[in-house]
Amino acid sequence: MQLTNRSKQVSNKEMTLMERAYLPAIATGLAITIKHFFAKKVTIQYPEVKRYLGPVFRGRHILKRDEDGRERCTACGLCAVACPAEAISMVAAERVKGEETLYREEKYAAVYEVNMLRCIFCGLCEEACPKQAVYLRHDEFIPVFSDRDQVIWGKDLLVEDMNNRYTREAWTKEEAHALDAKRANGEVTNVVPRAIP
Amino acid sequence: MELTEFVIKTITIVVVFALTLVIAMYSTWGERKVAGFIQDRMGPNRAGPGGLLQPLADAGKMFFKEDFIPALANKWLFIAGPSLAMLTALLASAVIPFGSTFRWEGHEVVLQGVESNIGILYVFGVVALGVYGIMVGGWASNNKFSLLGAIRAASQNISYEVAMGLSLIAILMMSSSLSLGEIVAQQHGGNWNIFYQPLGFIIFITCSFAECNRVPFDLPECETELVGGYHTEYGSMKLGFYLFAEYINMFVSSAIISVLYFGGYNYPGMDWVYNQLTAALGSQTGHNIATLIGTAVFFGKALFFIFFYMWVRWTIPRFRYDQLMNLGWKKLIPLAIFNIIITGAAVLFLKPLITAWLN
Repeated sequence: MQLTNRSKQVSNKEMTLMERAYLPAIATGLAITIKHFFAKKVTIQYPEVKRYLGPVFRGRHILKRDEDGRERCTACGLCAVACPAEAISMVAAERVKGEETLYREEKYAAVYEVNMLRCIFCGLCEEACPKQAVYLRHDEFIPVFSDRDQVIWGKDLLVEDMNNRYTREAWTKEEAHALDAKRANGEVTNVVPRAIP
Repeated sequence: MELTEFVIKTITIVVVFALTLVIAMYSTWGERKVAGFIQDRMGPNRAGPGGLLQPLADAGKMFFKEDFIPALANKWLFIAGPSLAMLTALLASAVIPFGSTFRWEGHEVVLQGVESNIGILYVFGVVALGVYGIMVGGWASNNKFSLLGAIRAASQNISYEVAMGLSLIAILMMSSSLSLGEIVAQQHGGNWNIFYQPLGFIIFITCSFAECNRVPFDLPECETELVGGYHTEYGSMKLGFYLFAEYINMFVSSAIISVLYFGGYNYPGMDWVYNQLTAALGSQTGHNIATLIGTAVFFGKALFFIFFYMWVRWTIPRFRYDQLMNLGWKKLIPLAIFNIIITGAAVLFLKPLITAWLN
């Protein structure tokens, strides 16, 4: 039975004089290596040059605020439940009078921590979130750390800065797919990245 | 007069010595750069522009590592190994003619460390001693793998020296001189030995690969079989010396190849260049500049062969030990003897015919 036509009959025949002389084969090999010597190098000089990560790359987390600058998270704990690595933990608190400008819902996360050593950047938290509060940024990594204290990220690092908002071309999978399809068809799509989902 | 000659010789020797060391140093950088380029990488490029300070960084690392001697090793022989390797490697560059002569106020200085009438014999003697560094080091390590590597190195060098010497005899039959300066002078202009001795050249370059323990003949340090070969137990600058000696050997053999087969500092059209320069700049400056051009040509050739060593390293896989011995004894030696016979016949019968026809 023949599965593919790529199989080769193994032969054990004597080498010809040309083959036994080695030199033609060596010359062929040298030609191949010198071709690579002058070929374009694939290296990206990392700290100076960073490659484009793509619109759906899953980097570090961010806790989004809404257009008025209020935290969207309501500390429901669905992200923590969804997390396969059990990297997320939080402490909920009740909003008191006068804090309406800070928190959108009546309950909020007083503490929200992600253990970046445990996190596997699967993105299940952002899928689980009913308030569209937690996202994985497509443009930033977790920076290098030298101490375990730097590994657990609290709200100080996670909550979005209103002066430097995180913008994206597409906030849902469907949106991103539609955009991709449009671009594949060659339609001009100049989507302005926006900050709010 | 005596003193001036002494000073001139001292300066020449120091310059030759320094040049050899610098070229060997930058060969390590070149090797890594060539390796990178052939493998579609960039090679070292962080230390200094283009990674040019990499050899200094490597040397610094080597010096600051612990200078360790295994408890059961023979201490003095263990130290003698890399010292011998380094010593013999550096000795050979003394007789290489780097250029013709340098004129300075009536003095005619030969660009050669030692003007010896048995230059090529001296090189051979020193190269043959080179195996002692590896032998002694591997043996003194008191380690099976080191000893195996050392034995391999010894038998390999002895086997390939035979074929190398035989391929050289053909050159000596043509030049009827053992002096490297004389051999180069006979290849004036474009009259290089490679055109008369292509087979001898192939045998010679194959044997010099084996003598330098370079891929595809690097069985003494075959890491898939022997851990690290003869330098398994070495670390710190002693290992550095072994590696450095290998690169010096590489430069020396590249220089010898360019001297013996590619005319050393000779290049086609050198007489025309010489006449133009002496006519334009006078017999001293013009002569000196012509010599410098010749030296540059010589280094170009030598550096090309160093590059060739590296190029081959990333092309050909290592030989198996029995293949190595078969190639050395059953192929190269008969070929070299055949080459001698052909050369002898050509010198005896063909040369008078051609000279008669030309006249």
